[in-house]
Amino acid sequence: MPALLSDTALVFGRYARQTLRSKFQMLFGVLTPLLYLLFFGPLLTDLPLGSRGDSWQVLVPGLLLQLGLFGATFSGFAIIIEKQFGVVERMRVTPVSRLALLLGRVLRDATLFVFQAVLLVLAALVMGLRAPVAGVLIGFAFVGVLTLSLAALSYSLALKVSKPHEFGPVVNAVSMPSTLLSGLMLPMALAPGWLDVLSHFMPFRYLVDAVRAAYVGDYASGAVLYGVVTAAAFAALSVMVGTRVFRTAGA
Amino acid sequence: MAIISTAGLAKTFTTKAGPVAAVRGIDLTVAPGEILGFLGPNGAGKTTTLRMLTTLLPPTGGAATVAGFDLAREPAAVRGRIGYVAQSGGVDLNISLREELVTQGRLYRLPKAEAVARAEELARDLGLTDLLDRKCAALSGGQRRRLDIAMGLMHRPAILFLDEPTTGLDPGARADLWDLVRRLRADHGTTVFLTTHYLDEADALADRIVVVDEGVVVADGTPSALKLQYAGSAEAALQHAFLAITGRGPAPADRTPVAV
Repeated sequence: MPALLSDTALVFGRYARQTLRSKFQMLFGVLTPLLYLLFFGPLLTDLPLGSRGDSWQVLVPGLLLQLGLFGATFSGFAIIIEKQFGVVERMRVTPVSRLALLLGRVLRDATLFVFQAVLLVLAALVMGLRAPVAGVLIGFAFVGVLTLSLAALSYSLALKVSKPHEFGPVVNAVSMPSTLLSGLMLPMALAPGWLDVLSHFMPFRYLVDAVRAAYVGDYASGAVLYGVVTAAAFAALSVMVGTRVFRTAGA
Repeated sequence: MAIISTAGLAKTFTTKAGPVAAVRGIDLTVAPGEILGFLGPNGAGKTTTLRMLTTLLPPTGGAATVAGFDLAREPAAVRGRIGYVAQSGGVDLNISLREELVTQGRLYRLPKAEAVARAEELARDLGLTDLLDRKCAALSGGQRRRLDIAMGLMHRPAILFLDEPTTGLDPGARADLWDLVRRLRADHGTTVFLTTHYLDEADALADRIVVVDEGVVVADGTPSALKLQYAGSAEAALQHAFLAITGRGPAPADRTPVAV
């Protein structure tokens, strides 16, 4: 166990330093949500959104999780390049824990996206967001867990695809419907019955609903509970898949 | 007591077109401190064998002991005692040599201070001291190869696996690398297992040559014994022995007309 911790810290350190060297990488992920915040957010301020709280309390939680769906899902690109340079293989012949090779990377990603989430919320405060501090913190926790899970799946996919150019289209084919069906931009409360039913099969919906509930201070609601359960189950599943792939991949 | 021994080591890949036997059954032994040249035509199963011996690929048949541990049951123990330098090297070009070496040492579980000291020691040995704080991208081909080897030596492995170590190097850098391999064995008794396509390299460097073809060992002996047996004279070129062993003469001249 101590070996796993120190191995994870070592791998995390390597990739965290890599990120710190690249301002571009640190800010790139926050660009899309920021554009939505600036150019889409103001359209909603006077619309009836069928939810408690004002339009910013509805939109910002959605944008936070968008960071995960459009950012973390592409984490795997980095490992495709590393694989081509033989870095992955070189690490796999050392005694380092296979789980640490995954955890070090995904913890770096989760840290990066929580950092971007903070930037996004600061910008949203300027735009007019008002939400309880505890709710905002809960939102960051969800961003951390979601990006960790999605990054783990993204690395697994990247190690599995035989042709690098297949990676992008596959990720898009997953992230686009996930974005639409989870009600990231507008709450599913506005949806007709069939779409609302369909969206309940999209796990990310429960995360968005949970963060929206937290942003209006509704901590004890069923929404937060469902969100926590979904996020925890998704994280456990993703890390399990990721570890399996890291143990055997590169063959 | 052999430091590497394999019995019927085999790997069959399952593909859509059916099973493909890349390695059918390799039997070989390597003595401690030996420099072994592992030769074979393209597709003979060299790299697959190397990837099995370095724990990257689980065998589908046979057994092997590497550095005193069973390959299938104790891969982690094997990893701690071997170094592997792949053709692609595997360093991040945007990182300094020092950082890559120290991280590599830490991946082998060296304490921080020891990894730092070992990086400097190896840099001194391999003529990389002045470059330690440069990015890996700044290195020439020969320097890159020396760095790759330093990465494989951070933890003082008993066995060093080198996959085509001099491919793409100029003649001077190749000669330097040969000296380095000989020095490794002379100074530290390191066993070296190397694959190569250059027969002069195998001739100059290896104590013993193992030739594989179609996934099995087809010849095994010192360079001069192989030349004597297959090319008729210990003075013959290893090339002739190699072609006789693998049954592949020079490619026949293309008799198709250039234009019809």
